[in-house]
Amino acid sequence: MASAERVTGVVLLGPDDNVVVTREDTVAGGSVEIDGKTYASDSVIPLGHKLARRDIAAGEKILKYGAPIGSATVDIAAGSHVHVQNVKSDYLHSHTTRPDEEVGV
Amino acid sequence: MKGYLRDDGRKGIRNTIVVAYLIECARHVATEVAAGFPGQDVHVIGFPGCFPNEYGFDMMSRLCTHPNVGAVLLVSLGCEGFNRGGLGHVIAASGRPNETLVIQENGGTLSTIEKGRAWVENARTDLDAETPVEMAINELVIGTICGGSDGTSGITANPAMGRAFDLLIQEGAACIFEETGELIGCEQYMADRAVTPELGSEIIRAVDKSREYYETMGYGSFAPGNADGGLTTIEEKSMGAYAKSGASPIVGLIKPGDIPPTGGLYLLDVIPDGEVRYGFPNINDNAEIAELMACGAHLNLFSTGRGSVVGSAISPVIKVCANPDTYRRLSDDMDVDSGRILEGRADLDEVGIEVRDLVLAVAAGQKTRSEALGHREFILTYKSFEPIGPSCLPNVA
Repeated sequence: MASAERVTGVVLLGPDDNVVVTREDTVAGGSVEIDGKTYASDSVIPLGHKLARRDIAAGEKILKYGAPIGSATVDIAAGSHVHVQNVKSDYLHSHTTRPDEEVGV
Repeated sequence: MKGYLRDDGRKGIRNTIVVAYLIECARHVATEVAAGFPGQDVHVIGFPGCFPNEYGFDMMSRLCTHPNVGAVLLVSLGCEGFNRGGLGHVIAASGRPNETLVIQENGGTLSTIEKGRAWVENARTDLDAETPVEMAINELVIGTICGGSDGTSGITANPAMGRAFDLLIQEGAACIFEETGELIGCEQYMADRAVTPELGSEIIRAVDKSREYYETMGYGSFAPGNADGGLTTIEEKSMGAYAKSGASPIVGLIKPGDIPPTGGLYLLDVIPDGEVRYGFPNINDNAEIAELMACGAHLNLFSTGRGSVVGSAISPVIKVCANPDTYRRLSDDMDVDSGRILEGRADLDEVGIEVRDLVLAVAAGQKTRSEALGHREFILTYKSFEPIGPSCLPNVA
């Protein structure tokens, strides 16, 4: 499969969500289609991870399953990986063993 | 479906002999006794600590009189704090064959192993001669947990198990979901599903308690593998875990050792009451399985994204794999491939029916993958609980 032509599918879990979930691993040099718009993916993002469906401002709630799952700590551009490097819990700290920027990437 | 009828009216889907150590110091002897009976449903459980603990005693009492258990051998060192006489009395009162061997009074390791094996051999012969009776779906208690969750768990395996729960509840089964510390952020959604406003308030209090408990401990119930798998926060993990509960009304809130009095959906509160002590509430997935079993769960549905391989003593574990890549890597360990939902090869309803059908097949005697592979994990540690409040259980006429 030519990776340059590879378009990764995503799942939208709630109509008002501002993130979608990858259905398979994205490939570097491939692309991701969200709501009919195509975004280039410059790194491998594993399946089950979240991507921004639209621009999300710092402080905004992240909505998945129609429910808030945390808050953006920085501005997040549409199509970007949404994870521990740009989201924090509104309840309890998440325990990870690696520096945030390495987690799952 | 057939079951083994016990004196308390409950029926077991297995006729297991439990060899229980009452202190870590007796575990080797207990393990060696059971090792003499490979593949013959002789399982080891136990309590490791030397200090007495009411929760530990109650859990051991419930587990030794679990409907899947037909006979019990207790193995004591002799000087530990566990009330072995009290436990022996509870087991005898349940009508089960039982024996207590004290290592210090039986000539030590080898001689106790020999006596233990002789007792188990006789008990096995007697239990194998028993005739099971008809058992209905409304006599089943089914638990569910998730372990090694990732970003696929809440999309495929958990909602599919929730649909299986809904089908089983329609047929009268009791279904139990947990862990309140992994339902942080879902408290209002759950309260809205409670059959009474008072039960809804109890559910919110239980989740508030778990948040305060984990805040004191410094971390939520969130492992590094959860983040590798795409989960970012405890409330995101919670929303995925919550999908295990399906859509049925929540009829009760129980604590470890409380047995559901009716069919329907129950939430299990696993967070200790009172001040924070003894450490993290459940130190791993098997501690949660032990508590579901103490509530009478005949079998447990276990969803995993990253790929847990555990099973359990006493109650079979059905492994529902959420992630299609994990399924391809660990297919020998998995009973259900729900990741195919993500690949468009099945829908949630189809997998829900598959899980429900598998529950009935396993209840009828089919071995789960972890059961056939010999997984018999078990762990029990210290906790303390207060009794549940008056609004927590449905009224039983």
